This record gives sequence, structure tokens and C-alpha cells, in this order.
Amino acid sequence: MRGADYVLKRTAFAIVTVFVALTLNFVLFRAAPGDATSSLRGCRNCTPEFRDALYAELGLDKSKLEQYWIYLQDLAHGDLGLSFVSRQPVWDELRDPILNTLPMVGLGYLFSIVFGILVGVIAAWRRGTFADWGGLLSALVFYSLPTQWLGLMLLILFSGVLPSSGISDPFIEFTDPSTWEVILDRLEHMILPSLTLGLVLYGEYALIVRSSMLETLGEDYILTARAKGLANWAIVWHHAFRNALLPIVTLVALTLGYVVAGAILVEAVFSYPGIGLVTYEAIFSRDYPVLQGAFLILTLSVVVANYVADLLYFRLDPRISA
Amino acid sequence: MSVGPDVATGDIPAPRLRRPLAATWRIVKSQPRATIGAIIVVFFVLIALTAPWLAPYGVTEKVGPVFEPPSAEHPLGLDDAGVDMLSLMMWGARVSLVVGFAAALVAMVIGGTIGLLSGYFGGRTDTVLMRMTDYFLVIPDIPLMLVAAAIWGRSLSNIVIIIGVIYWTTTARLIRSQVISLRERVYVKRATAVGAGHRRILFRHILPQVTPLIVANTVLTVAIAIFAETAIAFLGLGDPTLTSWGKLIENAFSHNAITVDAWWAIVPPGIAVALVILGCTMVGQAIEDTLNPRLRVGHLSVRRFRLRPLQGTDQV
Repeated sequence: MRGADYVLKRTAFAIVTVFVALTLNFVLFRAAPGDATSSLRGCRNCTPEFRDALYAELGLDKSKLEQYWIYLQDLAHGDLGLSFVSRQPVWDELRDPILNTLPMVGLGYLFSIVFGILVGVIAAWRRGTFADWGGLLSALVFYSLPTQWLGLMLLILFSGVLPSSGISDPFIEFTDPSTWEVILDRLEHMILPSLTLGLVLYGEYALIVRSSMLETLGEDYILTARAKGLANWAIVWHHAFRNALLPIVTLVALTLGYVVAGAILVEAVFSYPGIGLVTYEAIFSRDYPVLQGAFLILTLSVVVANYVADLLYFRLDPRISA
Repeated sequence: MSVGPDVATGDIPAPRLRRPLAATWRIVKSQPRATIGAIIVVFFVLIALTAPWLAPYGVTEKVGPVFEPPSAEHPLGLDDAGVDMLSLMMWGARVSLVVGFAAALVAMVIGGTIGLLSGYFGGRTDTVLMRMTDYFLVIPDIPLMLVAAAIWGRSLSNIVIIIGVIYWTTTARLIRSQVISLRERVYVKRATAVGAGHRRILFRHILPQVTPLIVANTVLTVAIAIFAETAIAFLGLGDPTLTSWGKLIENAFSHNAITVDAWWAIVPPGIAVALVILGCTMVGQAIEDTLNPRLRVGHLSVRRFRLRPLQGTDQV
């Protein structure tokens, strides 16, 4: 019964959060000083009549409250509006970039989780040894480096070896490539952005895992396990790591926000045509609908990740489900 | 009914751990990690303070050819406009550090207040405040910052406020959980029993106890704020009239320092940012670790035959 209650509560929270994000999204954008038409491309010299017509078409002539209501109704229909710049539906503008971003971010995320946990666990296990210091130092260094700067450094290091920008080789079309070659080409373009993201997150995760492990290793049940004569690896794996996993799961889910944020920086450095690059470009053209749509999707992904973490927590922690 | 004189006035001396300053000094002395971190931070703060006198050239002064490599005269070379990189780095330290510390201060005030009130009063206050915190925690920070900076304009004070308003959540949560446990301590109950008001309990008995935690958190927030500033500047939303380390990275990137192999225009600002973040993180984490007694015992010690000092006999 308590378990069902918990799931219900978290679900309600996730739904309310989405709503808060939607509202914030609307308020933020409409609070902007310059209005949309002032930066509409090709409307610098347009006549007042044309401008009014444009206002009406974009729905900017109505009151804010009305606009808000229309905005919510459109969203309910999955309609994110039209881009001010390209006049295409926002969703069409965002769909491909999202599909481009997902594998890149996923690869980096995976890399950071695997290495972060590995290094964090070993550092805590071998506390105070050379392995601990080495792990801690590498984690601290990568944690401290600005994402975009690390990207630029990798760009310098691997210039000539790996492709430095874009998502695919523009000339590959002419060589009549096999599916395999296309995939390989994509992967090659993904390595540097993913690695940048992965290394920055690796630092953070290794630090979190290490301190979480240190905390559990100080518990009395670890002492009991040792007194029972269990092997060190068994203590670390079955007793310490399983218990240290709870905070790790939450933090890994929470940092998805940083992954998303990092994606903007990384995609700007490598001109990787993902949702981050779209956000970046929309800011400068004041393309509110696109920016709103991108911001909404970024927020939603974080909310969903948090929700998943909450549910995982429920599975992992018998104290909640019992 | 016989009560002691101090009880009669409601003035029960709180069993403070130590005075914050003395405690901090003890930590510094016993922790090499914190000391190294502090030295790094102090070094950059000194550079920032003395930049107007020590910087050899101005930030707009063209002193040589574009992207001139490092030489004896210009140890860090010249940037894309022929400006001395060393001078730019020193002036940039001022802006980056001001943003870092000011934004952390904003975050500390907001987070500290919300954490204190939420933890101390509990009940509905707690529910409302923590709900708010949860929402803030979920909204992705950099996109929000970019949108806010794009909308409200690119001035230094705006950037400080935006960063501060986004990064108070962790502080609030930590302080809250600490305050909740403090609230239940016997001396607080006694102070309430003899009629001390909320304000007195909060400021005399609870705030001093959470101060070290607030300090640790603020130092960590400085690192995050500087990081955020470089991100905002890199995406072209920094204050256009000022030179910060983030701006230098952006400038070098957008003026193709990479294609002409002008590494000296990119490497120094990145390293400076990383060092300050490293320094702040080391200091902040060292204080946090010291405050968390659970981290001091490890039952899986590698050096397992060495006797550990009994808990409580070492510092703090």
C-alpha cells in the first residue's frame, strides 16, 4: 500500500513539474523586451500594415492570458507552433536534431557511468593508496575543466585524426556508401563530442561514487561482513556497493540536466546538428517558438529521467516498497 | 522551582563545536588538500586585486601582430587583435572571480534562508518551500540561464543574479536537513521551553551551528558559478563590455585560434578557470568531509593493521 502511495506521489510530482515548466516557459519568453517581429528576418523595412497582419497571424495581438490559453491548447494537440524564422512547424525543426543528439549524449553518458563507477569504487576501496589519489586527481581535474574548453583541447589534439565538426562527411554521398560505412562515418563524428561530455561527467560521477562508497564502508554492517570472514571483493560488491547505489542513482539522474546543458556547449564547439545547436541558434535569431520548444523538450527529458530514477529507487530500496 | 541564572534569562549557551574561524584554521592545518585549494584561490584573488597595477598593458591596447606566439616580452603571446594575453588574463580574473563570488553570495543568501526557514518551521512552510526547491532542481540550468540572459540582457549584474537564482537549491536542501536534526536537539528544546523566540533560537542556536556547512557550500557554489559564467560567455551571452576568462575562450574560438594553431590564446584561460574551480572544490569538499563524521571511519581500510585513533580524539 505504501508502495502504491509512493508511486502515485512521484507521478503527481512529475506531472505538476511539467506544468510548472510549461508555465515558466511561457512567462519567460513573453517577458522579453524586444518582441518577436522586431527581429523577424526580412521585416526590418516592412510596412505597419504588414506588421499588423503578421502580429495577427502569430497571435501576438491577443492579451497575454489569451495567448497562454492558446499556447496550452496547442501543446495539448502536440502543436509547438511555427518557427518565426523558417516558418516551418517547430516540431519538424526539432525532430531530426533530437534524433542526432540522443546517440551522442547516450554514448557519453554510458562512458561516464561505467568509468565513473569503476574508478569511484576502486578509489574508495583502496582508500589512501596510490590508486585512490590517482583516481581522485583525475576525477577532480576533469570535473574542473570547462566543457567547451575540454572540447577545444580535444579538437586540437585529434585534428586530422578524427572529424572535428558536423555529423557526417559531406562527400560520403558520392562514394555510394554501404549502410555500414554510413554508420561508421556517423560514429566517427560522434566520438569527440561524446568523449568531451563523457569525460566531464566522469569526473563528477567518480567523485560522487567515491564519497558514497566511503560513507557505506564506514557502516557497522561492513565490519560485521569482515568479521564473518568474507572476501574483500564480496564486501565491496554485495554489501557496500549495493547500498551506495541509492544516492548514485539519484545523482546520475539529476545530472541529466547537466548532460543536456553540456550538449549545448559541446554541440556549439563541434557544430554537431543536435538540439543544443538548435537552441543556441534560436537564441540569436530570437526564434521564440523554436526556443520554447527546445527548452520544453530539454526540461521534459530531465523530468522524465527524474521520474525514472524515483521508480528505480522504489525498486532498489526495500524500505520504500515494503 | 530553582533554575540557574542563565536559564532564567533564556540565555543557554549553545554547545557550539568551536568558533568558526578557529575551526576553519584547524581544518586548514590538518588538511593538505584544503590548504592547496586555498592557496590556489588566494593566488588568483590577489592577481585579480592587483591587476590594475601589475597588468603590463591594457585590454584594448594593440601591442603587436595578430596571434603573435609567446615571447620574452609577451609570455602568453597575443590574441586575435594583437592584445597582450597576460594582461587579458589578469583583467579577466577580476570579472570571472567577481561573478563567481557575487553569484555564490546570492545563492547562499537565498538557499540559506530557505533552508533555515524550511527546516526550522517544518510543516506547511517546509512543504511549500521544498516543493519550490524541487522544481528549481529539475529545470535544466544552462538552458534556463541562456534563455534568461538572452531575454533580460547581457549585463554583469544580470548574469550574477541569474546564476545565483539558479544555484541555491543544493544549499537549501543541505541546510534544511541539518537544521531539522538540530531542531530536535535538547538545547534547542530547552531554549524553547524557557521562552526564547524563534528569532533568538534561529540566530543564536541554529545559525552558528550550520555556518561551517553554509561556508563549505558557498565555496563549492563559487566553482559552479565560474563554470556557468564561462558557459554563458562561450555561447555569446556574456557582458559585451567586459573581459572574463569565459569571454577569452569564446573570443579565441570564434576568431579561429584553433585553425591557426594559436593555442596560447585558448589554453591559459581554460587552465585558469580549471584551477580556480579545482581550488574551490578542494576547499569546499575538505570542509564538508570534516563535518561528516561518517567518512572518517572505514572498515575496509587497506592498511588494516594500523591502529586508528579513537573517534573523538582527533580534530573537530
